[in-house]
Amino acid sequence: MVLVFVETENGKVRKASLEAVYYGYLTAQKLGTSCQALLLGNAEDATSLGLYGATLVHLNDSLGFNSFDNHVYSDAIAQAAKKLEASVVVLSHSSNGKSLIGNIAYLLDAGSVSAAIGIPETNNGFFVRKGVYSSKALVNIEIITPLKVVSVLGNSLQINIVGSNAEIQPLNLDVLQPRIKVLSVDKLQSNVTPLPEAERVVSGGRGLKGPENWGIVEELADVLHATTACSRPVSDADWRPHHEHVGQTGIAIRPNLYIAIGISGAIQHLAGVNNSKTIVVINKDPEAPFFKAANYGVVGDLFEVVPRLTAAIKSLNQ
Amino acid sequence: MHVGPAENDSIIRKALAIGATDAFRIDTEAVTADQVAFQLATFIQQHGFDIIFTGKETIDYNGAEVGGRLAAQLNLPFISFASHLEMASDNVAIIKRDMDGGTETIQVNTPFVVSAAKGMAEQRIPNMKGIMTAKSKPLNVVTPQAYSPKISIVSHELPPAKKAVQYIDPENMAELARLLREEAKVI
Repeated sequence: MVLVFVETENGKVRKASLEAVYYGYLTAQKLGTSCQALLLGNAEDATSLGLYGATLVHLNDSLGFNSFDNHVYSDAIAQAAKKLEASVVVLSHSSNGKSLIGNIAYLLDAGSVSAAIGIPETNNGFFVRKGVYSSKALVNIEIITPLKVVSVLGNSLQINIVGSNAEIQPLNLDVLQPRIKVLSVDKLQSNVTPLPEAERVVSGGRGLKGPENWGIVEELADVLHATTACSRPVSDADWRPHHEHVGQTGIAIRPNLYIAIGISGAIQHLAGVNNSKTIVVINKDPEAPFFKAANYGVVGDLFEVVPRLTAAIKSLNQ
Repeated sequence: MHVGPAENDSIIRKALAIGATDAFRIDTEAVTADQVAFQLATFIQQHGFDIIFTGKETIDYNGAEVGGRLAAQLNLPFISFASHLEMASDNVAIIKRDMDGGTETIQVNTPFVVSAAKGMAEQRIPNMKGIMTAKSKPLNVVTPQAYSPKISIVSHELPPAKKAVQYIDPENMAELARLLREEAKVI
């Protein structure tokens, strides 16, 4: 059985977890087994997990899961995997997922692969592919233990509806005492899609010259229903919040559309975004290295080009 | 602490030069995250540490798994992607943790494992004095434990080559919008 750990946000299932469920479903199909979901906490749309392939949702809404504690969660997930006799545990490569995978895998004595970019090959073994060297290369990894743990890089799969509403079953678990205390949380407003889940991203760099000029970036993002991001120098200068920083020392994302405005395209930045399906680069410097990695390039003054693009998209939508 | 062969000693000496008191190198090639975490944890179990710092991920494998595995084997709390850490008292730390779309501030007692993200510390450059004293600081070589890795890298490949960039006239953003919708199909 393939068990998918599902995360929630504001009482609903996170989009990244829908992808993880679909990944689990496709993997279960290949292994000739079922895909089931594990939810720690509660979500008003838990039954919708069935649409993406989970035949059963195991739920434990103990108060001990109200805030994230890596130790508490990984123990619960490993316990559930053993109790339900899962052979594969899938989770999304979200910030909590990255925290959990090593811990869960150790508790299950399992081999693990993080940030998988495709579903496993299951002929003569269990093989998972992932990017390495910040996605400049790919590796094919065999997990050689009987139990396996995989985290799925966000936006790696196009999800499809393959089933109907799932049945929810309560699952008894021993919940550990927390060993951390959350003092405060400083988050985006709930209507903004977090970067790892965003399908469209509009990103700004030093070419914008200052935080006061970010209006044009935000307007373009608005009209595209995109999430905003930035390069490292912008984040270091505190022009934009740190969680917007994409790159080797920030986060790596894989959106369908990445629009880079006033960003030269240094290798460390590319490392965070070169897996994007379509890259648009807007820069006044024709020698900017980013153009080599772009699908579409515009050499021009971003202060004119960006508002023009925003207007053009508005027209297209009318 | 490091898992690796003797040729990595020069890098370990840099850590001694910027302030580490002593160093331990577990004498075996680092092969997989589970192997590295096992070697480190097995050694650490015999010594007491208040805080164990790791990097957020390696630049080759990008796995971010060692910290979690280490914490699990040592049965310690694990705080990942910490961008700020300060001690509120001898055994209580206040840590800011990066999460998707924000940060979280948490409190935890030592001992614990923490993986460091950007912002955690200012990089130090070794100065002459540091380099000289590093030479006499202990760099202990430790025999590794027997261990079978749980994964195996079967092959490497390059990602598919990308088509050359298509330039669009900056005056003609209607064309770019059209291409994004009709050709790339991303809007």
